[in-house]
Amino acid sequence: MAKSQIAVKVNGKTVEALVEPRTLLIHFLREELNLTGPHIGCDTTHCGACTVDLDGKSVKSCTVFAVQVNGANIRTIEGIANPDGTLHALQEGFREMHGLQCGFCTPGMITRAYRLLQENPTPSEEEIRHGISGNLCRCTGYQNIVKAIQFAAAKLNGVAFREAAE
Amino acid sequence: MNDMTPTSAERAEKLEGMGCKRKRVEDIRFTQGKGNYVDDVKLPGMLYGEFNRSPHAHARIKKIDTAKAAAVPGVVAVITAETLKTVNLAWMPTLAGDVQMVLADGKVLFQNQEVAFVIAENREAAADGADLVEVEYEALPVVVDPLKAMAPDAPMLREDLKDKTEGAHGERKHYNHIFAWQAGDKTATDAAFAKADVTIREFIVYPRVHPCPLETCQCVASFDKIKGELTLYGTFQAPHVIRTVGSLISKIPEHKIHVIAPDIGGGFGNKVGAYSGYICSIVASIVTGRPVKWTESRIDNLSTTAFARDFHMDMEIAATKDGKVTAMRCYTIADHGAFDACANATKWPAGLFSIISGSYDFPAAYCLVDGVYTNKAPGGVAYRCSFRVTEAAYCIERAMDIMAQKLGMDSAEFRLKNLIRREQFPYTSAFGWQYDSGDYHTAMNKAMETVDYKKLRAEQKQKREAFRRGETRELMGIGVSFFTEIVGAGPSRACDILGIAMFDSAEIRIHPTGSGICRLGTKSQGQGHETTYAQIIATELGIAADNITVEEGNTDTAPYGLGTYGSRSTPVSGAATAMACRKIKAKAQMIAAYMLEVHDDDLEWDVDRFRVKGNPERFKTMTELAWAAYHEVPPGMEPGLEAINYYDPPNFTFPFGAYICVVEIDVDTGQTKVRRFYALDDCGTRINPMIIEGQVHGGLTEAFAIAMGQEIHYDDDGNVTTASFMDYFLPTAVETPHWETDWTTTPSPHHPIGAKGVGESPNVGGVPCFSNAINDAFSFLGSTHIQMPHDNWRTWTAAEKLGLHE
Repeated sequence: MAKSQIAVKVNGKTVEALVEPRTLLIHFLREELNLTGPHIGCDTTHCGACTVDLDGKSVKSCTVFAVQVNGANIRTIEGIANPDGTLHALQEGFREMHGLQCGFCTPGMITRAYRLLQENPTPSEEEIRHGISGNLCRCTGYQNIVKAIQFAAAKLNGVAFREAAE
Repeated sequence: MNDMTPTSAERAEKLEGMGCKRKRVEDIRFTQGKGNYVDDVKLPGMLYGEFNRSPHAHARIKKIDTAKAAAVPGVVAVITAETLKTVNLAWMPTLAGDVQMVLADGKVLFQNQEVAFVIAENREAAADGADLVEVEYEALPVVVDPLKAMAPDAPMLREDLKDKTEGAHGERKHYNHIFAWQAGDKTATDAAFAKADVTIREFIVYPRVHPCPLETCQCVASFDKIKGELTLYGTFQAPHVIRTVGSLISKIPEHKIHVIAPDIGGGFGNKVGAYSGYICSIVASIVTGRPVKWTESRIDNLSTTAFARDFHMDMEIAATKDGKVTAMRCYTIADHGAFDACANATKWPAGLFSIISGSYDFPAAYCLVDGVYTNKAPGGVAYRCSFRVTEAAYCIERAMDIMAQKLGMDSAEFRLKNLIRREQFPYTSAFGWQYDSGDYHTAMNKAMETVDYKKLRAEQKQKREAFRRGETRELMGIGVSFFTEIVGAGPSRACDILGIAMFDSAEIRIHPTGSGICRLGTKSQGQGHETTYAQIIATELGIAADNITVEEGNTDTAPYGLGTYGSRSTPVSGAATAMACRKIKAKAQMIAAYMLEVHDDDLEWDVDRFRVKGNPERFKTMTELAWAAYHEVPPGMEPGLEAINYYDPPNFTFPFGAYICVVEIDVDTGQTKVRRFYALDDCGTRINPMIIEGQVHGGLTEAFAIAMGQEIHYDDDGNVTTASFMDYFLPTAVETPHWETDWTTTPSPHHPIGAKGVGESPNVGGVPCFSNAINDAFSFLGSTHIQMPHDNWRTWTAAEKLGLHE
């Protein structure tokens, strides 16, 4: 199958590659770029484990072809930490609030929350729950994920967050 | 003493031992996308495998033509049952004593059954090839309803067993019958029913569901022809069992098989069994001489590997007119699908289902289970529960409500009247289980007080009256459940898998500088073992949890163990960890005595050190003793500081809990809102309260999913209609209720640290609690039982049948 040339910025670095027209973005990221943080959890765009940030939007990378991202700017979980290498407030919040168990949904969940907090820096619990409803978690029951995002929002806003993980 | 010396309490706190809400070690890598799951494994020259699957639920295979598939660019080989026969692997033994086709041999017995395995240079070519395998089928009549499987004219499913009147568990009464299993005293139970004041009988179905972890089943098999060695990476909850079964099936010597279970993206029972994908990948690697990866799709996962439940229970309870239970009996048809690939301890074809007398003091009890074949996927795993325990808990908890309703008693009061009393422990149930410890009334009363149960019932009474007056279209339901689990399989006298006793293990090595490593036979799938086992060691040995590495999942380095499922990690490997620590501590004490020139008995333990009794300034810390163990041991003593323990538990453990749920139902839409859910769990000694609460949240969410919407459904032709997330309910953050958690602590008397296990309790207790709440909402209108799942349509239908829409 004829391949297409793409140039895409991933986690701040420009990558040039030849891709088959039917290669999915998630497979391109995981297999060509070895960015194995985003995961594959379903066949139907429901689970959100593959969520990446694409030109300022949360996108399920299983439902985008690699050829479609030519010229785009992508951020994956591998590019979420602070430039100095310390954990992003969300990564810290997920650990502090016990917002993860098996860790399989976590990269997609954090990447989604990363965009959510830019869309809405002070979300209510209900807004958080709706905001992450495209990301499934089988382990936590979401309660501590909500707290983790609240923790991060407070930290990013410079406000104290007093609740503990339950 | 120097005032700067930290007190015992200060030193203990720094260890982050048992009882500490220690943050998880695992999260550092998981939050940065640096976990290492099976699909992340990429070996040089790796090929990809994909299945061609049957569109039919039951059909004879007339012909398989692989020519077009083999001609696809990139396809390296195509394997069918005929290929597997050359290495005697067309069929494999199951954990339940049956045999199972690896690839369809002559016929297919369920939809999406594996027919051919296509191996290619990349996943796309493998998928193209799988699509082009041409199979000619002759459709056969199907058996979908397990209640009709043993009809005289039912189609025969397993022709390979045609002449076998005996199965792995005794006589087969019909060609579609697998086993009959019974427990309890039938004569005494029948006698109690004959003279009972009040009896109830209800047909209670626990539908077929699927554990559905977010990561599907997958593996990478790599056979080294030069060394004759197989390395198998996989999503294995029980890596050593996979190695032993793999050796028995493949005849590769067990020491030449290296099984590695890296990070696992949830299991919930789905990843206990051995699947066709594993066997085909191994064979494909042997045939091609290259590593082969198999990654299950979500549709494959939901429709082929490891369903759970599918128990059809005819349940009866007998009681006196003043509300004391006198007997229970239950007849169950268990739908096992096309092959009996149930993941149970080998001697227990219906698992530990005889925990069905629950938390109540039944003088007599009896149960009988018939397992049958149908044209559905094989499995029968314990989806976040010990073997068949959630089926039992659901059945008894539903039935207790139905009896309370018939007696005109409040469901909580009826339970309080019949719960086993604290002074009866250790309690031997009518089925012969010895419940280790419990304080049920304290738990139940605490739950009722916390939610102000009386006030809720008063509110419900008012709302019912308002409903009757036509002032509201909303019904309020209050669900109560009190469950007792049986976990921690298990004692070798009772439990084995293929003859291997269900012990588990821990090996601890303390390094010269006082840190250490612990390796175990269990395997975390999200439970946080790397965090919690280290806490046990911290408390036992006085070494900070941060200084202990916990390693699981590599069969070359870990001691043999039976894996993680059935809440067995803490009850069995947690005990092994404590016992290994105690061996190390005993040696350390001898070294300390030698160094301090006192007798062993003159020393006492103080958090992280041995000190001389009555002279606390003279001590040796564990760090000092670790160093000494490598250069200053007493004459005649072996150097080093390490120990291994294989723990054969003397009994199961019996966690319990009291749950209360409040729902509001719109009778015109069937829409159900969970207003409140309170869960009190007693799991004995609590190792990490943060992780316990997380486990309870997750288990309750799975219980919510099961009770309110999950079902693996088949149509009349045996087509599975719920094989993707389009149709199989996984709650999002929006539907999931808020959880309130609470606890009491009743340690297990036979466990070294008193812990009982908790991960599965919320699923076991949660499902009946939700279902009881829905049923309770309608009970005042004469309804006794509405089958799960309680999705909006079914709830609306229940209202319709009661004439509420007229």
